[in-house]
Amino acid sequence: MPSIVKPLVAHPSLAKNALGLTIRDYEGQMSTLCAGCGHDSITAAIVKALWELSTPPHRLAKLSGIGCSSKTPTYFVNGAHGFNSAHGRMPAIATGANAANRELTYVGVSGDGDSLSIGIGHLCHAIRRNLNMLYVIENNGVYGLTKGQFSASTDVGSKSKKGEANKMSPIDPIQLALSIGATFVARSFSGDKAQLVPILKAAIAHRGFALVDVISPCVTFNDHEGSTKSYKYTRGATHAATESDFVPPASEIVANIGPAGSTSIRMHDGSVLQFTRVPDNYDVTDRGAAMKYLREHPGQIATGVLFADEGIPDMHEMAGSPAGALVNVPFEKLCPGSSALESLMANFR
Amino acid sequence: MPLSTDPGAHPGMRPTDTSNPDYFHKVVDCQWACPAHTNVPEYIRLIAQGRFADAYMLNRASNVFPAVLGRTCDRPCEPACRRGRLPSPAGEETPVAICRLKRVASDHKGDISARLPQAPEVKNGKRVACIGAGPSSLTVANDLMPHGYSVTIFERYDKPGGLMRTNIPSFRLPEPVLAEEVNSILDMGVDIRYNTPATSMKAILDEGFDAVFVGSGAPRGKDLDLPGRNDSDRIHIGIDWLSSLAFGHIDKIGERVLIIGVGNTAMDCCRSSRRLGGKDVKVMARRPRAYFKASPWELDDAEEENIEIVINHAPKRFVIENGVLTGMEFERLEWDADAKKSTVIDTVILPCDDVILAIGQDNAFPWIERDLGIEFDKWGMPKVDQTTFECTRPGIFFGGDAAWGPKNIIWAVEHGHQAAISMDNHCQGVSTAQRLGFAVNLVSQKMGLSEWSYHNDYNPAKRQKMTHVDLVKRFEDLHVEVELGFTAEQTAREVQRCLNCDVQTVFKAAKCIECDACIDICPLSCLTIAKDGPEDEMRQRLSAPATNITQELFASEPLPHTGRLMMKDEDLCVHCGLCAERCPTAAWDMQKSDLNIIYAGQAALLHNPTPELTHA
Repeated sequence: MPSIVKPLVAHPSLAKNALGLTIRDYEGQMSTLCAGCGHDSITAAIVKALWELSTPPHRLAKLSGIGCSSKTPTYFVNGAHGFNSAHGRMPAIATGANAANRELTYVGVSGDGDSLSIGIGHLCHAIRRNLNMLYVIENNGVYGLTKGQFSASTDVGSKSKKGEANKMSPIDPIQLALSIGATFVARSFSGDKAQLVPILKAAIAHRGFALVDVISPCVTFNDHEGSTKSYKYTRGATHAATESDFVPPASEIVANIGPAGSTSIRMHDGSVLQFTRVPDNYDVTDRGAAMKYLREHPGQIATGVLFADEGIPDMHEMAGSPAGALVNVPFEKLCPGSSALESLMANFR
Repeated sequence: MPLSTDPGAHPGMRPTDTSNPDYFHKVVDCQWACPAHTNVPEYIRLIAQGRFADAYMLNRASNVFPAVLGRTCDRPCEPACRRGRLPSPAGEETPVAICRLKRVASDHKGDISARLPQAPEVKNGKRVACIGAGPSSLTVANDLMPHGYSVTIFERYDKPGGLMRTNIPSFRLPEPVLAEEVNSILDMGVDIRYNTPATSMKAILDEGFDAVFVGSGAPRGKDLDLPGRNDSDRIHIGIDWLSSLAFGHIDKIGERVLIIGVGNTAMDCCRSSRRLGGKDVKVMARRPRAYFKASPWELDDAEEENIEIVINHAPKRFVIENGVLTGMEFERLEWDADAKKSTVIDTVILPCDDVILAIGQDNAFPWIERDLGIEFDKWGMPKVDQTTFECTRPGIFFGGDAAWGPKNIIWAVEHGHQAAISMDNHCQGVSTAQRLGFAVNLVSQKMGLSEWSYHNDYNPAKRQKMTHVDLVKRFEDLHVEVELGFTAEQTAREVQRCLNCDVQTVFKAAKCIECDACIDICPLSCLTIAKDGPEDEMRQRLSAPATNITQELFASEPLPHTGRLMMKDEDLCVHCGLCAERCPTAAWDMQKSDLNIIYAGQAALLHNPTPELTHA
């Protein structure tokens, strides 16, 4: 526990966003995670992304499940709506919330245990529904809250703190998501905010399910020699497969925007995800190319926006649900009464 | 000139050499700004703990007169205070009331007689003379007596204290307060010769002193040679008039008084006039308010006593009718934007009964024979070395206002300390130029996980306002002290405003894993992990631009993982310690810096120099 709350006094030159808020207005409670936890850096990146996007705090819903990662929504945007669900059930809660009110910005924060073990089924189906949300996996390859057991994302051969090597094959959330139709897939590293913040902004702007897998070293149980998710190893093994920047809607776009193979993707809200570098023969809108790239670079941590497709309908479009939040649908329409139910039921007879 | 860079030799940042004592010293803005380098944060913490005697003794070590200075100091520490640079939701922050807290320490110190320095019974055989019993001479005596020196002070009046007694009215500095601190020095056995103005340096030297210190101040008030100046006895020289008041030679003044000049002496003159019967007291200033020499708080205190401060009036002549001063004629001026050039609009006569001239002071050394090897410059000022305070004749030293003209008490004290070091060296056969430098000790303040031995939270409390005796009561008696001192509650709030700038953020690059935790948690955006680059450019791309170039940028050694640098802008750090709390590897630590100040007595160490001791 920190000894004090972060003092409210702030630097006088702090900039204000379009809402007139400073970045300090997007902070949350004091983190009680271990000092140096990668999750805290991701929290700071989320704070920065939301501030830069000028997301109104009261229009934000932050959700999580169980685990160290799932504590972190408490640590950003005090003024937002929040829900801390049962273990692995965050995608289900997010689905319900989003179904009722599609007008909020949804940020879900999960971990490798919450998403790839107990909650993997929920995750897969949220991806399939193309639920419009940012889904961050704070991936540290270890069960930190239960003191350091291997998780479902631990690499084969990666050693526990006591020196034992993992033998079971890991689940790569990126390849998993690509294989079941995810529409926005990116990976980054908690220690690289310059890359992470624009990715998070693009992921929030994305219409549909945006999975951002962030390697987030566990300083207490997985930051030793022999670990493949330590700060040192991650810095050495990471390479930026793509480099991109997020250009907000009102800005002038200089690069060409086109279909497959282009250097820019126009997002649903008019912003642009502008790629400054992609490898030869790599097309970020080509699912097969992304999977091929990952297979061709085993043992490396490829980061950047790896796949994005703005053309796939999200859950509401597939379901044909009302354009706005259900709270704004007149009660008579939302609940047309027992006679309407009778006639509906009659259709099924 | 920044400590950390060497432009021309290297395009990027040089790793900051924090082993240079100046680095951490400079972070403690108040201590750096104080001529005597008083350890302000430490004494404020001692007050917070109720250790008033300890706080007093810590003050006394460097500034010798805490009770006097706690009321009268020019407080260069306060404009320097980091707290004054911080923004607050309710407007600009104000510095910690450092001076007032100093007075709290003296008000509640209790009996400290057993802790005062003592002179040894066996003397070292060296005799030194001090001219004048003001703050600089008394400091010399304070520093040399404990080392066995025999100190003789020549004083023109029958009481000690110099300008602290003669120029500061008792409603600001009660006589018993002054007497106690002066006596704590004299009681060591100083041979003080009252009513003995120095009339001949040669005669003093003939007494065979081993060293002489001239601390005779700047005793000659400037005169105003205007028509009518010599035609009335109601035109007074400010500092002489204040002296007459201090010694009880005068007890009244006319109802209408004009004070010419707007420095701190003018403030003492106008407020004294109000107490002696002055009802319509005006302070006449040539220039606009922004160019006044008086401290802002002294102006405030004067105006509180219904004294009018009149700007843009230049004295032209004294109006004498039938041999009686009836007024003074002024030119009304209009100034250009930066108050450099003026044009006269018209003239105006202000009626008055008395005029007090408070337009500055000069040094005067008619008593120093010019054939003694003591060289003077064309302005009649002695040529004095800025470091050793020695004049061109070895063994004779100058300090206080006597050295380079009027400054203030705290500078006089520091001059005394430095001159005492030189006199000790001189008497012990060591070159006066050979002086030990500062050293800084660093001690970790970590007590446990997220636990520090200092109060690290930022307290948003407002600066406490000194309460004053009400206006009616303060004019009943000349000696009623106006400032009441802080109450216990005010003290408790004010001490928590100190940011503990001496509890330093100390960084070890080799331990850093670049997790960003410190950067994310820092409330004032002080920290950045950045690629190396020239300082000017670096200052622009930090977490918050470092625009205050008077404050250092700390640059670490290249970090082990990426070779980037940990940068810290010292400007607005509130020393909350969260960087160190959130650091997983203890690369950051909060360590208290303690400046080791050298006083007289170093000569004995320098006789057997070791490499450690000669390292400056």
